[in-house]
Amino acid sequence: MKKKVEFGNLKFKARIEVMLRGSTIDPAAETIKKSLIDLNFPVTGTKLAQVYDLTLEAKTKKDAEELVQLMCTRLLANPVKDEYSFEVEEDGNSVSSKSNS
Amino acid sequence: MRVGGTNRDTDAARAFENLGVNVEVLHLNDILRRRNLFTYQGLVFPGGFAYGDYVRAGAIWGKRMLAFIKEDLRKFAESKKPILGICNGFQVLVEAGLLPGFELLQETQQVALAGNASSKFECRWVYLKKNPQSKCIFTKEMLDIVRFPVAHAEGRFITENPEVLQRLVEGEQVAIQYATKNGTLSNGSYPSNPNGSALDVAGICNPEGTILGLMPHPEDAFFGYQVPEWTRERKIETYGDGFGLFKSMVDHIEMAF
Repeated sequence: MKKKVEFGNLKFKARIEVMLRGSTIDPAAETIKKSLIDLNFPVTGTKLAQVYDLTLEAKTKKDAEELVQLMCTRLLANPVKDEYSFEVEEDGNSVSSKSNS
Repeated sequence: MRVGGTNRDTDAARAFENLGVNVEVLHLNDILRRRNLFTYQGLVFPGGFAYGDYVRAGAIWGKRMLAFIKEDLRKFAESKKPILGICNGFQVLVEAGLLPGFELLQETQQVALAGNASSKFECRWVYLKKNPQSKCIFTKEMLDIVRFPVAHAEGRFITENPEVLQRLVEGEQVAIQYATKNGTLSNGSYPSNPNGSALDVAGICNPEGTILGLMPHPEDAFFGYQVPEWTRERKIETYGDGFGLFKSMVDHIEMAF
């Protein structure tokens, strides 16, 4: 069963970053920090993020940003443990938005 | 139910078949096409790596169901037909908002299963203690202390809001907890609590007790020959500790439907 997807006439690029909130323990980042210290790098903190680069179509830049925001809240970020930020770009102009989920 | 990447469906099916249940392993797409969820008296979300665990474990399967069969799932859950989620299936139930189930199928999650505190894929046998006060219909026939294997990288039960934990405890929804061999709770200590879960949570149920999600694998402790000692013991028991959990689910279905 397919749902109807509405495509706009303008093309956008989006970069979304999802990472664990500061308050959530991140064991993978800690392990990487320790490994870097073992290699004699003066690392004092690490964070891991998942980065999604995607292209989409929308009618306006505002629409595109709203769609990306929805992607984050509905699938890409888990509101219990993640925070996210994204950038939406069209024809070389970039708009940035930051938010906690 | 299964999707691409599910790999414990046959084990769970075999346990039910042994109890005389007529089991069908259906792909989510079958259910989307035929909308036949109500043909069944119980539903199991087995373990595995659904959709490659991309985005997060269980996220894509959970959100796909919310997009396409949310109302069917709601009716199924409200009819009190039992729903069991094992390991990846637990993650799916949480992502789909079926657990903790204060309000069914809420899109905003209240709990999550984050990466293990040990930063490892924990694959070994653990001891578990059931909460005898819980309404959970899946633990009625289960022994108080059982041993199931765990096999997961994302099993650390967390919540941002302490009130959610309090509500789970007060509602006796914490059905199964990690424990030591002698039956005392792990109190967060590794390795008996394999993932750093809050309150040693291994499994939680909804307030009515008809939906259970747990990280350990009862289907891999169902037959006596699945337990670690089976090569050493002279007399092998027919069943392992997982038997009680499946038996409880089947008994509930026989009584209620």
